[in-house]
Amino acid sequence: MASKQHANWSPYDNNGGTCVAIAGADYCVIAADTRMSSGYNILTRDYSKICKLADKCLLASSGFQADVRALQKVLTARHLIYQHQHNKQMSCPAMGQLLSNTLYYKRFFPYYAFNVLGGLDEKGQGCVFTYDAVGSYERVVYSTQGSGSTLIMPVLDNKLKAPSPLILPAKDAVTPLIESEAVDLVKDVFASAVERDIYTGDRLEIVVVKPDGIRREFIELRKD
Amino acid sequence: MFRNQYDTDVTTWSPAGRLFQVEYAMEAVKQGSAAIGLRSKTHVVLASVNKANSELSSHQKKIFKVDDHIGVAIAGLTADGRVLSRYLRSECINYSFTYESPLPVGRLVVQLADKAQVCTQRSWKRPYGVGLLVAGLDESGAHLYYNCPSGNYFEYQAFAIGSRSQAAKTYLERKFKTFMSSSREDLIKDALFAIKETLQGEKLTSSICTIAVLGVGEPFHIMDQKSIQELIESSEVKEDEPVADQGTAMQEDQSPEAAPMDI
Repeated sequence: MASKQHANWSPYDNNGGTCVAIAGADYCVIAADTRMSSGYNILTRDYSKICKLADKCLLASSGFQADVRALQKVLTARHLIYQHQHNKQMSCPAMGQLLSNTLYYKRFFPYYAFNVLGGLDEKGQGCVFTYDAVGSYERVVYSTQGSGSTLIMPVLDNKLKAPSPLILPAKDAVTPLIESEAVDLVKDVFASAVERDIYTGDRLEIVVVKPDGIRREFIELRKD
Repeated sequence: MFRNQYDTDVTTWSPAGRLFQVEYAMEAVKQGSAAIGLRSKTHVVLASVNKANSELSSHQKKIFKVDDHIGVAIAGLTADGRVLSRYLRSECINYSFTYESPLPVGRLVVQLADKAQVCTQRSWKRPYGVGLLVAGLDESGAHLYYNCPSGNYFEYQAFAIGSRSQAAKTYLERKFKTFMSSSREDLIKDALFAIKETLQGEKLTSSICTIAVLGVGEPFHIMDQKSIQELIESSEVKEDEPVADQGTAMQEDQSPEAAPMDI
């Protein structure tokens, strides 16, 4: 039997990197490293994977950055149209649905983007949405996507996941973190991921969304 | 203008070389409530009169933000104006998406004019019944354009369209030479005075007019009622007695040196 011919060119590339988001009672932390790679090469140590889509809504995406950039442009254009029609900013949950629809629109030639959407919902509480490449999404308390996600997710589960109500002795639900604890946790998980994931490193960009505004922080990471 | 046998189709010329349907469309602009624009080197101000159909209804929106650096004020068939605003917004968004830079105003008005011209040369269409004052800021400075239903467009230092706009135009013609070097605040005050001219006796309050400003470092935005009311009151105190309980105040003199009238 003749085997199928395969393309010797791929329209996709993986630029690596990791994204994390954690939602708090009145804040949301969105973080991503700033390394952009291709294969075993580093293209740049200084590329932001985080994009502000609306006043209280940010998108962090790892994967193929050309697709990520195109996706960001489509969403910002759609947000402008929304603002013209409704005279207000899009809420984070609304943007969450829009992102899902936009991704599924290209179900048969997907955006190679692994997204985490973070911000404040209409009540002012932190919200995080996590996606796959074709738009399946879910609102969660915390999430991570990208090359270091398998290293980071178990640690976040350990710290942030509510214990099962079936376990004995009965345990309280996990107390929500305060903002500084969440930021410290993010720094710690990235420091760990950088040790073992070659595609994650250089610098960490942390963005904190609160009702009164947005704060940005940069932390140096290992560059090897 | 009287009816004649050449005015049924937009695609029929008159023996004198006129397209009457297009001219009738320009008439529709004159029936709408007034809209005014003026510009300096760094700022453009748009103002409109809020005419409501009845006391029970709200007034129609006549000033639209098209992009951070472009806004329009319309006079005439506001429905046509709304549709054209949507087109203008769409063009700006598409240009921004492709070139990652703002669409220059000059290009936008040409596209709008060409769109209007199409409707003057199709038998199954009618001309847009709305005039647009397009305020824009680009690398070459602040601009004000007027787009006609005919497909023509002109650049202006200051202009007024709609009903009783001639009164405003007279005021603007007197003062336009100072506009280029005007400050932002003076420009807004002049816009308010021009609006007052079109009201012809009716009291100028912030509920009867809408003001929008665009400038260097200042994205296009519509001013809130409170600020406008404060500006009206501060300029009135200089001119004549504030008449809260005395009926309409007649403006005798536009110059700030005028002595206040005695009650």
